Amino acid sequence: MAIVPNPHKTTGVLGWIDDRFPLTKMWKDHISEYYAPKNFNFWYFFGSLAMVVLVNQLLTGIFLTMHYKPSAELAFGSIEYIMRDVPFGNIIRYLHSTGASAFFLVVFLHMYRALMYGSYKKPRELIWIFGCLIFLVLMAEAFAGYVLPWGQMSYWGAQVIISLFGAIPVIGNDIVIWIQGDYIPSDATLNRLFSLHVIALPFVLVGLVVAHLMALHEVGSNNPDGIEIKKHKDASGKPLDGIAFHPYYTVKDLFGVGGFLIIFLGIVFFVPDGGGYFLERPNFIQADPLVTPEHITPAWYFGAFYAMLRAVPSKAMGVITMGAAVLILFAVPWLDRSKVRSIRYKGWLSKIALAVFSVAFVLLSYYGLQPPSEIGTFISRLGTVIYFAFFLLMPFYTSIEKTKPEPERVTG
Amino acid sequence: MKSLFLTAGALALGLMASFGAAAAGGGHVPFSYAPDPANTASLQRGARNFTAYCAACHSMSLLRYSRIGEDLDIPEEMLKANLMFNTDSTGDTMHAASAPGAANWFGQKPPDLSLTARARTPSWVYSYLMSFYVDDSRPLGANNTVLAGASMPHVLWELQGWQVKPEKAEGDDAAHEDDHGGGHGSGHGDASPNGLELATEGQLTPKEFQAFVGDIVNFMAYAAEPGRVERQQLGVKVMLFLLVFTFLAYLLKKEYWRDVH
Repeated sequence: MAIVPNPHKTTGVLGWIDDRFPLTKMWKDHISEYYAPKNFNFWYFFGSLAMVVLVNQLLTGIFLTMHYKPSAELAFGSIEYIMRDVPFGNIIRYLHSTGASAFFLVVFLHMYRALMYGSYKKPRELIWIFGCLIFLVLMAEAFAGYVLPWGQMSYWGAQVIISLFGAIPVIGNDIVIWIQGDYIPSDATLNRLFSLHVIALPFVLVGLVVAHLMALHEVGSNNPDGIEIKKHKDASGKPLDGIAFHPYYTVKDLFGVGGFLIIFLGIVFFVPDGGGYFLERPNFIQADPLVTPEHITPAWYFGAFYAMLRAVPSKAMGVITMGAAVLILFAVPWLDRSKVRSIRYKGWLSKIALAVFSVAFVLLSYYGLQPPSEIGTFISRLGTVIYFAFFLLMPFYTSIEKTKPEPERVTG
Repeated sequence: MKSLFLTAGALALGLMASFGAAAAGGGHVPFSYAPDPANTASLQRGARNFTAYCAACHSMSLLRYSRIGEDLDIPEEMLKANLMFNTDSTGDTMHAASAPGAANWFGQKPPDLSLTARARTPSWVYSYLMSFYVDDSRPLGANNTVLAGASMPHVLWELQGWQVKPEKAEGDDAAHEDDHGGGHGSGHGDASPNGLELATEGQLTPKEFQAFVGDIVNFMAYAAEPGRVERQQLGVKVMLFLLVFTFLAYLLKKEYWRDVH
């Protein structure tokens, strides 16, 4: 198919541009004539919110980078310089640090929405895969950023995470030294994590987000009923249950952004530490390779995965379990054998599985942050089994259960 | 079923939020203290107390005198006369007067206190300062129930007097924990939450001493984050704006969605 310049036959200045660049076409394809199902509910806010948080991280990151010094000697002091001497520096820094937590919260809820309504099922497998890659890169990005303030928790968190590579047989220790650029986390480590955090990973992240959206707009959005709105079109080819993304969802998302910002900025302005979970107390002490904090915890959003790591007695197996917990997400489109997409029409087995999985994930997140205890280890092990069972048993429980009939048209 | 998942989601959010309560500095913290960053008089007293009793050994290398003057409404002359003893430049940060010798005297360098209130919590610092007691086995004759084996001497002994650790009483602390708030800590005369008893009286009554220590901790909490009051003031304006914005966005959404059936 040949590319037709200016398919919408615009004139004037816009026409001049459209003859050379698909401005009107892109606007119509992706915004004003992108038809989304009209029955989006609360859970559909988190996609646009993830975009808002991404932009927040990029913008505040740019200004933080203007004042931050990526050196083991100066990093800690430069953060405090930002907090004290840079105009609005404390706000910019809290926007960024709280933004990291918000990013994960929003992305978790966004992924949960996809699990509920089967948004990963054919033909949306690639949207889901790009999303999983975004999640993976986001974890790396968050880890690298977490190290940059070079406080005690930054340092020892880096030490623990990088040492996981030491579990690789034979070459593990050499790989750890190669990653660190030193025998312990040091100036070299900080510098390379800075480079990854501000250039490489954001670059990949934004590229993946573009791919995620392009794939989405190619096949169209799913909806809470999990049915295809393109089956019923009017004479002009517009889906009967679809409404234009702009203005309907732009104004709706604007409202969603308002609600989100009230919570998000409420935290930024009034409880930016998040009670020690968004900014950890030990991170107000400069990194000291000679003093180990009494209790090394990961950031809250890694809690579930850290719990799985600790649940397995062998370090190597723990690392594999933790990695598998993320990688198994990629297989979900092919693990779900159900005839229907949405949890609304799936059988009770799927409903119970998702409910138990949700509770397990929250408990894993909680116990991943607590000091090791007998009950914590027990619940972490149980939670790990449930986490994997949810995915690995999915082909069985989704195919044997009795589903409800899907409606022809979307319901409210 | 829909509500079940909404409930599960809300539960998850709730749990995340309740994480907030847990983390605190290490060790047992018998007193609680809530700083009051808006109480300028308390902060000024705290700056004076800190300079008189702490600053000889402890620096606050992240806090500029000019910033103190600006935030605590202290004119430059008063700043120079009362707080600045080893520099004339208000752009300087608070350096310790005896820094080079201190490490030899106490066995280790007295730590910089710029961020201590944030790293340890104000309650911890307050409890620490309240909990020195006579212990002849220590090189400087004092030990601390909050940080056992601390190398710091009981600097405030003249004011507080000397506390001793009763032989058997292991402090029924929890029962006494309460918070007077508003820049003041908790604690009761003789049966102190840290299990110590006042053996020799100091220049200040226990109540006066609590207020004295409270002011120091309030100042240290300020020093750990000087921008806190301004941040919260700005936050109120931002919240008001957002409430209006979100309400208007809601009306706009409602208006547009009228024709969606």
